[in-house]
Amino acid sequence: MPPEQDLSFAATFAPALLDPARGVPAAVTGPNGKAGGKRYDVYRNNVTVSLIDAVAAIYPAVQRITGPDFFRAMARFHVRQTPPTSPLLFDYGRDFPAFIEAYEHAQTMPWLADVARIERAWLDAYHARDAAPLAPAQLSAVAPDRLADLVLAPHPAAHIVRSRFSAVTIFAANRDTAPFEHIDASTPEDALITRAEFDVTVRHLPPGGAVFATGLMSGQPLGEAAVSALEASPGFDIASNIAGLIEAGAFSSIASGDPR
Amino acid sequence: MSAKHVVTTFVLAGAMSTALATLAAAGPLTKAEADAAIAAKKEKCFGVALKGQNDCAAGPGTTCQGTSTTDFQGNAWKFVQGGTCASIELPGGKKGSLKPV
Repeated sequence: MPPEQDLSFAATFAPALLDPARGVPAAVTGPNGKAGGKRYDVYRNNVTVSLIDAVAAIYPAVQRITGPDFFRAMARFHVRQTPPTSPLLFDYGRDFPAFIEAYEHAQTMPWLADVARIERAWLDAYHARDAAPLAPAQLSAVAPDRLADLVLAPHPAAHIVRSRFSAVTIFAANRDTAPFEHIDASTPEDALITRAEFDVTVRHLPPGGAVFATGLMSGQPLGEAAVSALEASPGFDIASNIAGLIEAGAFSSIASGDPR
Repeated sequence: MSAKHVVTTFVLAGAMSTALATLAAAGPLTKAEADAAIAAKKEKCFGVALKGQNDCAAGPGTTCQGTSTTDFQGNAWKFVQGGTCASIELPGGKKGSLKPV
């Protein structure tokens, strides 16, 4: 079969796979001209189940929070609304946190979308390019009068997720299988997700830490990033935040000692 | 730079040397030390909330489970069952609902 015919077959075969309102494509028939509905349903089921399973594999904490029935129903709506655009399944489900935020039946769990954002960042960190983290020795070589203009290159695996809720605590409790008693969701928590070597780690950032880290990771010089963090959070401690970010592996190298 | 917060070279150099001293002093924790730190809840700031578990969701690959689960049809689940959500609360009584919304 020439390629253009292949494509036209796919164009008639595929649209109804994720849309139960559409009938079975006319091209699909059973043996001896019988109806092919049941056979087509096998494809529909496999496509739907495999995509829901992909979303469930990326967002296990969200599934533990909601239970599998709610999760699979929510994921099914998302899958139908947002079919994959890439054959790489690990890249699928990127829009799921935004979907959760708007999903009418998830409105009683306003922290759920942020938990999903941490899970997404976790997977992105897992698949990020390997890179050696910035060594403390490289920083000790910088002259004191050049520190304010120091620009650091972010590590490929480093991500920040900010939340108005206790998303880091909820995430950590639900990535585990152990039971937990009670979590107060109302404390704002920011997460730093990194993978310096083989294991993805999720850290809880201190006040001002997310502003500081986001500034540095987007190319702000050290002096400016420290000022922004102090403005956001007067108790911000520069030394412990520098140490924390370096230890976590949030940077890969010194990008520039003087950007201008 | 704002007038309210000025980070001088002196402050920055001090912070950097403190940070580097902290990093030099902090050797890798043994398992017992790490457990003790968690137990003492010293991990609050820059503590590792979760490490590893790469088997938990290394990302979906191919699946052959499609035919064993029927999941094409199905309705919206308005309530959460069997999940942990009822243990997660917002002050004001808002929490994940076990009942229809």
